[in-house]
Amino acid sequence: MEWRQSAVILDCRPYGETSTIAHVLTRGHGRYAGLVRGGRGKRLRGILQPGNEIDATWRARLADQLGNLSIEPVKDRAARHLSDQVRLAGLTAVCALVQQTMPEREAHPAIYDALSAVLDSMDETPLWPIGLVQFELGLLQELGYGLDLSACAVTGVVDGLTHVSPNTGRAVSTEVAAPYKERLLPLPQFLNNRAHIPDYEELLSGFRLTGHFLNAHVLGPADKHLPKARDRMLDRLAQADWDKESA
Amino acid sequence: MNSPEIDSLIMLLSKLPGIGPRSARRAVLHLIKRREGLMMPLSQSLADTATKIKTCGTCGNLDTSDPCLICRDPERDKGAICVIEDAGDLWALERSGIFSGQYHVLGGVLSALDGIGPDDLTIDPLVSRVRDGGISEVILALNATVDGQTTAHVIMDRLADSGAKVSGLAHGLPVGGELDYLDDGTIAAAFRARRSV
Repeated sequence: MEWRQSAVILDCRPYGETSTIAHVLTRGHGRYAGLVRGGRGKRLRGILQPGNEIDATWRARLADQLGNLSIEPVKDRAARHLSDQVRLAGLTAVCALVQQTMPEREAHPAIYDALSAVLDSMDETPLWPIGLVQFELGLLQELGYGLDLSACAVTGVVDGLTHVSPNTGRAVSTEVAAPYKERLLPLPQFLNNRAHIPDYEELLSGFRLTGHFLNAHVLGPADKHLPKARDRMLDRLAQADWDKESA
Repeated sequence: MNSPEIDSLIMLLSKLPGIGPRSARRAVLHLIKRREGLMMPLSQSLADTATKIKTCGTCGNLDTSDPCLICRDPERDKGAICVIEDAGDLWALERSGIFSGQYHVLGGVLSALDGIGPDDLTIDPLVSRVRDGGISEVILALNATVDGQTTAHVIMDRLADSGAKVSGLAHGLPVGGELDYLDDGTIAAAFRARRSV
């Protein structure tokens, strides 16, 4: 058994004194684990950091074995953000989330493309947190718990959607939401209108919305929690900085 | 077929880092041949260390006394604390002889997937040490990895209003490093941290 693909490193754990077990996400094979011989050595340990893109070759005698992973660096993303605590927390959070939620050895090309895009955007635009909320929505969709934000669940109208039911994940309009406002989750505009740049409160609402459904449907039932790095990122994403960057 | 004592010794030695069963057998043979000169002093030394070693209540270093020798040394700078991940890093810094202040061993780094949070490390005692006063600089000597730097950022936040200067180790070209062989990230970090010469 052998395959070779581009991959994003999600997590690495030491194995023995010199090797590492790396978990990577590939486009065609999904999340895969493999033993990287010499992974704790000088040459490879800098490459084996979450978020980095590698050219991975996986080999095993039988398909269900752990397998050996040979790696070559392609994009060094982690090192670029080591001194930026918000981006570093964002990178850690998104890699930990994918590692915790994606099933092993099941191809999800859309998630691979979206993960690469959101990691690249951290280097390219100050608005990358918007992409991170969109990524979490896409992750829910791909895992079978997608939200229906296209029309009001009660009246069917497509305009004026302001809230989401925490149970069904379906949007409702302002009029329908009015009597139950306290029990519903706010729907930030930017999730339905990609041209809209959210303010700080809207952005946090977006993270709260995806966080609720990730916890309720994906992480909670498996006795897992949202990565602490995600909370750290939200804590550090100061309002003043966001207002300046999104202006 | 060995005696149970020899087998047990081989089994125990083979659990040490860098030693497998084959190396352990060679080591045991070597020890047996030098029973008086090596084996007895080694067993005495192991027994002494096992009974006397303790973790310093101030800095987390390993020593036979609490506070440790470094914390008690009047010659050392009491105004600077170097924060490291474990005692191995402390030994590495002491070998270099570059730092003559106090240390603080964190006992690990934050890890999103292993669920290691700030409460699992000795960050609170560090903050108390700094807030107690007399500390002018805290040097974060943590690994240049995602987990190491995430931990550094959390400590920086916790010490933000402590009044002490917080600094971190530079990232960049290693001594003897050749640009051609360095990874992109290291080159980028070195380039960003360039200085006037």
